[in-house]
Amino acid sequence: MTSNPSPDVPGPSPDVPGRRPSLEVSGLAYAYPDGHQALFGVDLTVRPGERVAVLGPNGAGKTTLVLHLNGILTAGAGRVVVGGLPVARENLAEIRRRVGLVFQDPDDQLFMPTVREDVAFGPAAAGLRGTALEERVTEALELVGLADCADRPPHHLSYGQRRRVAVATVLASRPEILVLDEPSSNLDPTARRELADILRGLGTTVLMVTHDLPYALELCPRAVILSEGVVAADGPTADLLSDEPLLRRHRLELPYGFDPRSVPLPRP
Amino acid sequence: MSTGHTHKLYRHGSSPVHRLPAHCKIVAVFAFVLVVVATPRAAVWAFGGYALLLVAVAVAARVPPGFWLRRMLIEVPFVAFAVLLPFVAEGPRVEWLGLSLSESGLWSAWNVLAKGTLGVAASVLLAATTEIRELLLGLERLGLPPLLVQIAAFMIRYLDVVADELRRMRIARASRGFTARGPRQWAVLAKSAGALFVRSYERGERVHLAMLSRGYTGTMPVIDRLTAGTAQWAGAAALPLAALVLCLLGWLL
Repeated sequence: MTSNPSPDVPGPSPDVPGRRPSLEVSGLAYAYPDGHQALFGVDLTVRPGERVAVLGPNGAGKTTLVLHLNGILTAGAGRVVVGGLPVARENLAEIRRRVGLVFQDPDDQLFMPTVREDVAFGPAAAGLRGTALEERVTEALELVGLADCADRPPHHLSYGQRRRVAVATVLASRPEILVLDEPSSNLDPTARRELADILRGLGTTVLMVTHDLPYALELCPRAVILSEGVVAADGPTADLLSDEPLLRRHRLELPYGFDPRSVPLPRP
Repeated sequence: MSTGHTHKLYRHGSSPVHRLPAHCKIVAVFAFVLVVVATPRAAVWAFGGYALLLVAVAVAARVPPGFWLRRMLIEVPFVAFAVLLPFVAEGPRVEWLGLSLSESGLWSAWNVLAKGTLGVAASVLLAATTEIRELLLGLERLGLPPLLVQIAAFMIRYLDVVADELRRMRIARASRGFTARGPRQWAVLAKSAGALFVRSYERGERVHLAMLSRGYTGTMPVIDRLTAGTAQWAGAAALPLAALVLCLLGWLL
């Protein structure tokens, strides 16, 4: 964990799409205005196409980290770079397009009267209009398999459908990285599997914040453990989950009877 | 309706009235109400004419009479006052079924009842043939400040969510043996109301975060813009224009 900027941090160097990391967090520290420090220097690099799980107990700073990725919170120290663009006030509009944040409660995420308008919100805020906007909406809804729900009000969908629409609302902006906060919470097993299938099929870079360890293993070849405001471990998900003392140290536990060594490994 | 996928004031359909753009219908209903209000109260036949015009619209929109009349009951508390007028007003009095009623009071009551009922009837037809979302788009199109439209839109979007929260709190109270029997329980109900307010406020903050995350900068992007052609405006104008003719006749005859 070095806090020196690595040599491939973009800046004056030419932007090479596909080669630069989708997300680079270095030395990120943050204290809330009330003095409570949540992050103590987080370092994390996610390469394009990777699916990475951020594991950690409640209160580890997971949500605080997520809110830094699109500039809702401003780093006290350190920096966040998304696809070569640093998170800074003057870049916020583009940063928020690049980072697709899916919140835990779809009722918070879906605030427009119909699904179609909700999915259109992001691209429309970026200035897209007319048929181009329509195409974006259809494309995003097809990716989550809900094209026929476009004209329904969000509160008449099932919880699982709402979660998928929430994913579509950020996919519509064609993000560089999809950030999901507890994607499996409150989902029944079928909805959980459907969402996993969709996320696997996207091919987008995914950062998934969760304490649902089997779900992390199912979807993410790589995981990091965030504990007490720092990255405490970073490696293949299966390795981390097989290290019982490590899990115990960070208040993480596998569900009863679950053995990470006995399940097929996720495709990278 | 039965599917529960729309508001209960709205009746799904594809009639010519349903298909008119919302802002045309809003203007038409508003103009109709103005014309009705401007009609002299003594021109009783004109009000009959207005009622027939609305019936014609209802038939064209295929709104069943029962549906329409039931939703007009909303008017009742507001016109209760009109019923009192014949008893309390001054001036010459008439005897009716042994009651002494004021003549001018009777006319005032008729005036309030007739004009109020026609206004409510027209509004119920508007609501029955236009989805709430389209009403909002129509109001926005007509120049209502976007902030007011946003507030109304969020209210509609989150009404069910908040109602659901309230229901869960009620069940949680009842599950722990609470029943509201009298003023002694009001403190509990007041605290529930406070808790609901705080929860809703916090949800508002989370929604705002979600909006910022998708590029919200203070104004809602215009996603749908209503447009209307001459034919649609003409169709919507038919109701207030026909009413205007009746109104002018009412003044002239």
